Amino acid sequence: MNGDEVLIAVCLVLVAVSATVAVAVREPARQALVLSVLGLALAALFTVLQAPDVALSQLAVGSALTPLLILLSVRKVRRRGRRTGEDEEAGR
Amino acid sequence: MSHTLRRWILALGVAGLAALFTAAFLELPDFGRGGHPYGDRSVAESLGRHTANVVSAVNFDQRSFDTLGEESILFTAVLGTVVLLRQTRDEDRLPPRPARVDPWVRRYALALLPVALVSGLYVVAHGQLSPGGGFQGGVIVATAVHLLYIGVDYRALERVRPVGPYEVGDAVGEAAYLLLGVAGLVAGASFLANTLPYGTFNTLASGGTVPLLNAAVGIEVASAVVVLVSRFLDQAVEITDADGAGEEAAR
Repeated sequence: MNGDEVLIAVCLVLVAVSATVAVAVREPARQALVLSVLGLALAALFTVLQAPDVALSQLAVGSALTPLLILLSVRKVRRRGRRTGEDEEAGR
Repeated sequence: MSHTLRRWILALGVAGLAALFTAAFLELPDFGRGGHPYGDRSVAESLGRHTANVVSAVNFDQRSFDTLGEESILFTAVLGTVVLLRQTRDEDRLPPRPARVDPWVRRYALALLPVALVSGLYVVAHGQLSPGGGFQGGVIVATAVHLLYIGVDYRALERVRPVGPYEVGDAVGEAAYLLLGVAGLVAGASFLANTLPYGTFNTLASGGTVPLLNAAVGIEVASAVVVLVSRFLDQAVEITDADGAGEEAAR
């Protein structure tokens, strides 16, 4: 294996590991963080495979935008959940 | 349908897919092989039109109609978000209180904000020369603005980000792409044809309509992402159910 192939193999392993972790983690907020790492690993893979355009898109959307939107959604859902929880307690 | 029959049908489907998949993979060119018929042709075409970044030449010249579709997908998706995440009648809007930000986080965010903004604009402007383009640069610009939310607070972000103009920007970017396409028609060629002079190779003013289409997409994507995130932020931070449940909204 030459240097390029080693780099590609390392990036592939990183992608596989982070993608597996993203599936295995059940907590949405943590999942967002893992997704952002996965985005980084994918961006590295695309760069090594000489597709910097795709890597840039991946970095911007996968590592920054998607986790941000997930975190904001989690926050909204949690707040609503907390409120209905209080309501239930008050009704009891 | 019995359980066994269902399983047989599934097995048949899986086996068929596996066979087709294997057959398809056997026909693929070797991994990492240099030449490719489509690649060779699009590179020649791209150099002929003085566009240094072949990916941009494919996106904004050879297959610019595809890109119009992709741009419209984002436009429509954001439109849907705006409609879905609007404030409804049984919801209140509570201004969030400012929260304390660690001084190091603040310094880091504020130092990085101009750098990220300039990088984004650079990526949009150099789309025809180097990796990147309207989409990538647009997302970078839009996320850069949100460093204000991380570094200072929500109200600081709202001050530099009145959503109205960005909604207009979203529509203007989308319309500009269409109008550039119509300009091709007016010039006597076909829709979205590259009719401008190609310019000097590897300079900012090269590639004919490619940099203009790039800029249109940049405006559209940057505005669209700002509008998108603002709707999510509104929901997460400001909009609460009618009986003031969101008092703990920190910022």
